[in-house]
Amino acid sequence: MTLDTTTGTPSSISIALIGSGGSGVMTAGSMLLDAAGRSHWYAYMTRSSGPQIRGGEAAALIRISNTPIESHDNRFDILLAIDWRNAERFAGEIPLDSDSLIVADPDGGDIPDKINAMGARCCELPMKALCKNITGGRPNMIALGAIASLVGLPEQSLIDVLTKVLKNKGEEVITSSTEAIQAGISACDSLPSCPSLNPPEPHAAKRLNITGNEAVGIGALRGGVRFVAAYPITPATEVLEWLAPMLDKVGGVLVQAEDELSSVNQIIGASFGGVPALTATSGPGLALMMESIGLAVAAEVPIVVVNVMRGGPSTGIPTKSEQTDLNIALYGLHGEAPHLVVAPTSVADCLFTTQWAVQLAEALQTAAIVLSDQSLGQTRAVLDRPADLALMERRNVPTKIGPDYKRYAVTPSGISPMALPGTTGGQYTADGLEHNEAGTPSSQAEDHLTQLDKRHTKLHGYNFGDHWADIEGEGDIAVITWGSSSGPVREALSQRHNKERNVRLICMRLLSPEQPEKMEAALEGVERILVVEQSHSGQFYRYLRAHYDLPAESKAFHRPGPLPIRPFEVHRELAEWE
Amino acid sequence: MGMNMNDAASTTALAPKDYKSSVKPVWCPGCGDFSVLSAITKALAHMGLNPEDVAVVSGIGCSSRIPAYLNTYGFHGLHGRALPLATGLKVARPDLTVLVAGGDGDGFSIGGNHFLHACRRNIDLTYIVMDNQVYGMTKGQASPTTAPDWARSKMTPHGPGINPFHPLIIALGAGANFIARVSSHDPNGTAKTIVEAIRHPGFSFVHVLSPCVTYQPEQREWKKLVRPAPVEATSDAGRAARRLLTDDNLYLGVLYHGDRETYRPRFETTKVDPSQLEQEFII
Repeated sequence: MTLDTTTGTPSSISIALIGSGGSGVMTAGSMLLDAAGRSHWYAYMTRSSGPQIRGGEAAALIRISNTPIESHDNRFDILLAIDWRNAERFAGEIPLDSDSLIVADPDGGDIPDKINAMGARCCELPMKALCKNITGGRPNMIALGAIASLVGLPEQSLIDVLTKVLKNKGEEVITSSTEAIQAGISACDSLPSCPSLNPPEPHAAKRLNITGNEAVGIGALRGGVRFVAAYPITPATEVLEWLAPMLDKVGGVLVQAEDELSSVNQIIGASFGGVPALTATSGPGLALMMESIGLAVAAEVPIVVVNVMRGGPSTGIPTKSEQTDLNIALYGLHGEAPHLVVAPTSVADCLFTTQWAVQLAEALQTAAIVLSDQSLGQTRAVLDRPADLALMERRNVPTKIGPDYKRYAVTPSGISPMALPGTTGGQYTADGLEHNEAGTPSSQAEDHLTQLDKRHTKLHGYNFGDHWADIEGEGDIAVITWGSSSGPVREALSQRHNKERNVRLICMRLLSPEQPEKMEAALEGVERILVVEQSHSGQFYRYLRAHYDLPAESKAFHRPGPLPIRPFEVHRELAEWE
Repeated sequence: MGMNMNDAASTTALAPKDYKSSVKPVWCPGCGDFSVLSAITKALAHMGLNPEDVAVVSGIGCSSRIPAYLNTYGFHGLHGRALPLATGLKVARPDLTVLVAGGDGDGFSIGGNHFLHACRRNIDLTYIVMDNQVYGMTKGQASPTTAPDWARSKMTPHGPGINPFHPLIIALGAGANFIARVSSHDPNGTAKTIVEAIRHPGFSFVHVLSPCVTYQPEQREWKKLVRPAPVEATSDAGRAARRLLTDDNLYLGVLYHGDRETYRPRFETTKVDPSQLEQEFII
């Protein structure tokens, strides 16, 4: 729970729902999130599950708030267990303390030692027993009613969500579920009190209930993507599955490829044909794609590769998050291959950053890698609808070709008009071989230098405006972070109400090409820097040290996944400087 | 998608030379690929296709250099990846005539998986493989079609010792819709078959015996050994399979033409504005 500083009442509340396979905690969690959104709260939900393909133990980790939220809190207020089978595996992800409340079904087994050891208060809610009086009643709906009532969600919002979710399951199911929810609400009276949320503030702006992976899909379509090649991989698959039917509707197409080598080359082919193209993958797939991304750079064909990071190396931890593909995204191309690397700083920003990446790749005729991660991609959140990015310049496509047309002509910006197949007189061969201005293969020193300069200039001479980073606050201490670490850092800084020193926050969105002058301006007056990232070796810190002038006193807080970075870890680092 | 950028189609008849670029080939004198280049230009001229409406996609290797020697659009991409690149191009731009060209190492070794799936996907592409049973550009190593006892590579001094890949049988098994073998010593016959392959809907595979006179000089004899297949082209996959399994790799002609439906993505004609798609998320 996070307290509102003026009233002392909770501005956010954190709830974990756990249960074994088939207990329906994910359904209950999603409905709780949806109901919170309909009741004008913000909400945030991650999911955790065992290794089974279907069923198996699962945890829905939910936070509800009346201010926008981008990360979990340090602790959970409520842990509700339908049963405890294999629940000890979630202990690390659900920190509890003596103020937390465990709500357990007495028929669900004993509380595991690891969870009991955290010292939370315990109470019983006989979910299974209560179901016996309701035909078709299910414990997860009892749980939903009880939790919603504990935190102060109106009953009507639950009924609305229920009716929507179960509309195809028939009247009987809706009736039995409604009865179960009402039984849960009534049973709540017997539970110990728990602080309920401040009422939500009225708002006019539209809100979305969306995951980061779905937001990437919208960003891609807003950016103009109409061809997607796909190879399934956790945790990026939902980007592709969301896009497949949507592309149909906007006159585009998705092709499932035989492997990632094929998917990345398919998008190069489609884009060569003039259609903005994208694929999405995760670490192992990105590793396979690297050679081809270099081809897109050399042949100057715009493509976008969304990489939803997971724990590595190798197969690693497919279902959990880590920010450890930064090095391969920045440095994984052989030869000297300037390209774009961008990273969304929140679930909502997955939309903006993907749209921006598409437009940049198109305008600069190069490859863009978007570094999302599992904790952004698979988190579902209720958030303010991101604004549409004002239309920027598009790909430079000539409609009329002069007699001396050269595909790779040197220009002041480094960007050359790109003739599309079908255009009379524009014929050229795109090539991964080094080439001259006309595109003819060349191993001459002069041509190599000219084309290296051109490809460097178009990225390094481009003005990326203010989008390169989100910069918030003033102060002589700065925290520099990126990607999904931005959420917990923002949370930590928003909780620093009683501290004398202000802290400046820099969440980098554009990682390549580097922006030393903009960083210098952003760091003016800063004496100390804390770098925060989720990697074992400090990849981001090393990147910053390599490309930017940092004040003498800088330190890095970096640790690997899979556990999310918590706001208190950022506090602890800053406390050393108070 | 599927736009044609021309103001009006050209009405002037084009000659084979109009499809050639001014770039000089890197090939050795006597290489079979010169003749394939010439056959492609003859085929395109015969069909009267505008050079700007044709794209030739290749991977890496001697024969994969072909796009730069043509006055069409071209893409000289990565080793083994020509077929997926061409797949993306043809799906995005169905208005174009897309040819894919390359060698036996590019197509059957590093690109082998894509070959299977391109046959299976059956997109309207024409795939021309110039098979010389050797990696020429890296100076003479055994390829997937090299004889097991070919012992002239330093990399495999006792010969590769494994059976050669049989591309035509594999193409048939994987679902190619048109399968032919031609010989580079006969550019007119090759051109005629390429025209048929382009006109045949779906994935067309043209296997060209194209000698490497530098690393496989015995292949000069191919022109004396090849002969037309003694049977008519069949659309019966069972008959074609039997024929190909007993083939000595030197019979020429169209060996199979199927009528499997071509993979074509559905392009909706009534397009929804992307902003409409966000409705499902709005609370």
